[in-house]
Amino acid sequence: MKLNEVIERLGLAVRTHAEQGESEVTGGYVGDLLSDVIANSQAGSVWVTIQVHPNIVAVAVLKDLAAIVLANGRQPQDETMKKAEEEGVTLATSSLPGFEVAGRLYGMLKAEG
Amino acid sequence: MLRLWRADLHIHTCLSPCAEDEMTPRAIVEQARKKGLDLIAICDHNATENAEAVAAAGRRVGLAVSLGIEITTREEVHILGLFDRPADLENVQEHVYAYLKGENRPDVFGRQVVVNEEGKTLHENERLLIGACDLALDEVVGLIGSHGGCAIASHIDREAFGLIGQLGFVPEMDLDGLEVSPRMTVQEAREKFARGIEIPVIRFSDAHRLNEIGQATTVFEIAAGNVTEVRLALRGAQGRRIVEA
Repeated sequence: MKLNEVIERLGLAVRTHAEQGESEVTGGYVGDLLSDVIANSQAGSVWVTIQVHPNIVAVAVLKDLAAIVLANGRQPQDETMKKAEEEGVTLATSSLPGFEVAGRLYGMLKAEG
Repeated sequence: MLRLWRADLHIHTCLSPCAEDEMTPRAIVEQARKKGLDLIAICDHNATENAEAVAAAGRRVGLAVSLGIEITTREEVHILGLFDRPADLENVQEHVYAYLKGENRPDVFGRQVVVNEEGKTLHENERLLIGACDLALDEVVGLIGSHGGCAIASHIDREAFGLIGQLGFVPEMDLDGLEVSPRMTVQEAREKFARGIEIPVIRFSDAHRLNEIGQATTVFEIAAGNVTEVRLALRGAQGRRIVEA
């Protein structure tokens, strides 16, 4: 599924690098412990978190994640936005809690097979 | 003899991936002197290789420098460990490394430069220092305590990597102090996070660049600039005390 479709169907507000919408989303991961995300997330995944610290951008680069979604209305710190711009990471926000973002994303990816 | 020591016991060097390259031993001690500090401590993320070099630079200019480390626990809580004896720091370091996995990507997280007293690059630390050790909070606090160290929870007012941000409360454990960042006063922090908690609240800078050194300090009335004396002051024992934070 294309990132654009995920963004549209989840109603995400894209904050950085909207032009990367044609990239492929192959999975999802939910976590707020950076070390857990480093250890267990897979490339191409959308990462749902409430962490807004700049280090989330580094984790997304390291793991080649498709996008970071800040759930529950969390807003990125200025430094996080700046880093995401620099590093080419798509950062989006949602007013939905992480459970709902993940649930919907899971359903969408499953339905696609 | 008891006197006042202005202390900033949470300073990073160029060994921490997120700290600036300008954080070399001589530059740190010069800036600390300029800021009127009497005692500093070096606490890099999960690592200690530059602490002794800064201590050596400090001896040259008459600045007391304590040896420390800022350990990231499994819960991603940052805990400062301060030590007087190099052997204790070394043992703690060995233990931390045994539980810290992964390799650094300098292009992503930043360089981790080990330097000598003159600031000359010796090599780069290749471990993932930004990562978390697979040790629980109480294990880390116990590890520091069992090596005669002083255990302080870092920047409890910060959402990321602070005790309150990660756990939501101050658990019952043998912490010697709770550190507040320059963004908040001790009174504010006590009101907000530590009501009814007996652990002393202190302020240090958590400097990652030179101009941040001394942005927050704590003044102790102690007999010498070392960790043993600071611990006494934190406990209010033998006439030692916190004068201002």
